[in-house]
Amino acid sequence: MTTRGRLSVVNLTALALGLAFLYLPIAILVINSFNDSRLVTVWSGWSLRWYRALLSDDAMLAAASVSFRVAFLSATAATVLGTLAALALTRVARFRGRLLFSGMIYAPLVMPEVITGLSLLLLFVALAVDRGFWTIVIAHTTLTLCFVAVVVQARLVTFDRSLEEAALDLGCPPLRTFLTVTLPLVWPAVASGWMLAFALSLDDLVLASFVTGPGATTLPIRIYSEVRLGVKPEINAVCTIMIVVVATVLVAASLMTKRRQARDAAALGAQL
Amino acid sequence: MEQERHWLTRLAILAPYAWLVAFFLAPFLIVAKISLSQTAIAQPPYLPVFDPAAGWEGLKEFLAAFSLDSYAAVFGDSLYLWSYLKSLAVATLSTLILLVLGYPVAYALARAPRRLQGALVLLVVLPFWTSFLIRVYAWINILQHDGLLNQALLALRILDAPVSWLATDSAVYIGIVYSYFPFMVLPLYAALEKMDEALLEAASDLGCPPWRAFLSVTVPLSLPGILAGSLLCFIPIMGEFVIPDLLGSSSTAMIGQTLWLEFFGNRDWPVASALAIVLLVLLLTPLLIYRQREASVLEGRG
Amino acid sequence: MAALVTFEQITKRFGAFTAVDALTLEIREREFFALLGPSGCGKTTLLRLLAGFEKPDGGRVLLAGQDLAGVPPYRRPVNMMFQSYALFPHLTVAGNVAFGLRQDGLPKDEIAARVDEMLALVQLSGFGARKVDQLSGGQRQRVALARSLAKRPKVLLLDEPLAALDRKLREETRFELKALQTRLHTTFVIVTHDQDEAMTVADRIALMHQGRLAQVGTPVEVYERPNSRWVAGFVGDVNLIEARVTAVYPSFVTLERGTMRLRAAGTAVAPGPAALALRPEKIRIGHAVPEREPENGAAGSVTDIGYFGTLSIYKVRIDDGLVLKAAVMNEQRDAARAIHVNDRVWLSWAPEAGVVLAD
Repeated sequence: MTTRGRLSVVNLTALALGLAFLYLPIAILVINSFNDSRLVTVWSGWSLRWYRALLSDDAMLAAASVSFRVAFLSATAATVLGTLAALALTRVARFRGRLLFSGMIYAPLVMPEVITGLSLLLLFVALAVDRGFWTIVIAHTTLTLCFVAVVVQARLVTFDRSLEEAALDLGCPPLRTFLTVTLPLVWPAVASGWMLAFALSLDDLVLASFVTGPGATTLPIRIYSEVRLGVKPEINAVCTIMIVVVATVLVAASLMTKRRQARDAAALGAQL
Repeated sequence: MEQERHWLTRLAILAPYAWLVAFFLAPFLIVAKISLSQTAIAQPPYLPVFDPAAGWEGLKEFLAAFSLDSYAAVFGDSLYLWSYLKSLAVATLSTLILLVLGYPVAYALARAPRRLQGALVLLVVLPFWTSFLIRVYAWINILQHDGLLNQALLALRILDAPVSWLATDSAVYIGIVYSYFPFMVLPLYAALEKMDEALLEAASDLGCPPWRAFLSVTVPLSLPGILAGSLLCFIPIMGEFVIPDLLGSSSTAMIGQTLWLEFFGNRDWPVASALAIVLLVLLLTPLLIYRQREASVLEGRG
Repeated sequence: MAALVTFEQITKRFGAFTAVDALTLEIREREFFALLGPSGCGKTTLLRLLAGFEKPDGGRVLLAGQDLAGVPPYRRPVNMMFQSYALFPHLTVAGNVAFGLRQDGLPKDEIAARVDEMLALVQLSGFGARKVDQLSGGQRQRVALARSLAKRPKVLLLDEPLAALDRKLREETRFELKALQTRLHTTFVIVTHDQDEAMTVADRIALMHQGRLAQVGTPVEVYERPNSRWVAGFVGDVNLIEARVTAVYPSFVTLERGTMRLRAAGTAVAPGPAALALRPEKIRIGHAVPEREPENGAAGSVTDIGYFGTLSIYKVRIDDGLVLKAAVMNEQRDAARAIHVNDRVWLSWAPEAGVVLAD
């Protein structure tokens, strides 16, 4: 039993081991991407040759372009829809089909992607829709909007409703209240939602594989097909780049949220 | 705050609702429909295909052509049954391992000094964001025949010769535990962090030694977190495809792999659909429990 | 003064719970009106019905004769000061005060002038550029007040405005609020559970209990002439002497309780069981016990003394077992006339001192 403030040796060990377990494989991968040798087991000095090889790998670059564009579009659509869904769930007490609605919001979070991927593909086939870039965008939007909804909802639930009531009381109609009072104060959560959706889309393999079509190969699909043939040093380089990009986005999101929320909490909390 | 349904409110409900019904719910109905269809060498590879132009007669013909052949195939073939059982076994065992390994980490996180907690949680979550595929791939690096694990074990003289780690069940378990770690740790952390330390002090004051206080106070209070984390891991692991495909052997495939194979390999859409429906039914109970929990937690305060 | 706000048979339910039950009430122009009652009595709900945040399940709300049904809060000439102040953290003090004015689309310089006027009114001139988190609790409260008055509403609603302040500040602010209201001639409706607050600031008080009106009147009326046991007990301290009304005369009634004979000045009650409500400060206490017990008096022994500085409250158990409280101002510093615990004393009061309550 420890009092908050110091970690016991046991806790410290658990934490250290846990973090080591999580980061070791990644660290190995990152370091290896700079390994001049082709073999993982032989270290032959620092080198950027695999990164250079990447630049001339047109297929990989094309896949990266597709991935980023899909991620951007689906993240934006998912953020709009997910925020609306979060508003509906927290602000409207009763509406017809609320049970089904909240079920549809939470289910995709855990549903195995093979099921959602299969079902979407069958939908597109039944509608005779050409599969490709846009079907991936639709699939990713559907999956990630649920994550955005959960993130934004968590913030809305702790949002002080009396601020909205005060705005209404002072003559501000609901839409304007949302835009000038609610949104400025919850936008870190909305932005976090966007970034979450972006990262999830960038990372998705299974869903994309099901609904992709000619000319719409995403980066994970490309990496996956290469990886099945064995470890390749260029893959290490791609992965390192992706790690750096996503980590930067995440840290930025986290700092932004924390700083803004701390300031707002101080302002609000001391009001009471 | 009660208002007449403002148009913004209507939009807030309708837009995501319509999207989800179209792209989440409707597809399931189609999967169900196809699971009742027959395979055909055609484009698309199933019969019957509904032709709106055929009118009422067409509809009756359509319904008459439904068959339960696919389901018969699924339940009749031991291959599929073993696949489900394998998935169930892997999911259950992985969830238990995750619980055992994740609990100490979550506990340590919850006990850490407050100002460090945010940064520590971020550290735990960060790997999760650095691409699922990459992390699994990282393990291939380590586990392959000339990979680092063998190198390390040889150097420490625990092994005499390199062991094949890949294409085994152990590799799959390692991969799963690695990938789903944050899914178990975060809900546990959330539940443990809420616990009032004064409760442990009260237990101590009443004569309870630390280990017993842990079992009779901490663990029961963290039960919601245990449940949430377990559901968050168990359900998706059941349908896992990438990890067993990359790290495991093809001797007994999990249901995700079997489904993929039936769909892309054998082009047997009706059977693949039937497999998906059966998996969905199996997951229905945990899914409902999960939805119930999340809904009451997040909406209750709204 | 004409009626400005009328609640007609207003009902509001939350699920199975009835918060406001067919309530009818009139609030007049230019008055400082208080809704007083214990938590859960429906006073805040009534306020919110007027502001427009709740829709009634029955009855009407009228403002200057106009039915407010279907009028959303952002279109009512009513403004509210929230209990938590609800100041916008992302706006400055001036931004907060100007918020309502911007919604009306007033020209910029007019808005600026009004903001300055409001800040001067609450003695916060020069604070316009400050951010909300840089203010103290008392300053935030004044910004909230300035913001809610900026649009010159017909009615200002105050939801427990002084609850978050410490005692000294609360008392000062009470007087400031009263002075402000008198100066502005705006109707103020305040919700509070603090009776001292209601009694000090209000022109009229409505006592609410379980969604219904218990009594409406001036502070004097409510305190000196409560209409029920509940009201008598809720506002201030009271002794309730259960007795029987024996005879009703034109200007007084007589009551009997065992061997005690009581007389109370004219109230319209029928013979039968009733309670005599007697405020502690109306009871005289002394050592001299008369031989023959006159009416409106009782002998007993002191069980407890509460010393409050300004006054002392004596708990006396009279001979039939009832405990009465007598409050006496401590006018003299020394203990010459001091009464002690276990002393045998005589309590007496005037016929006009008590009110006979049937329910």
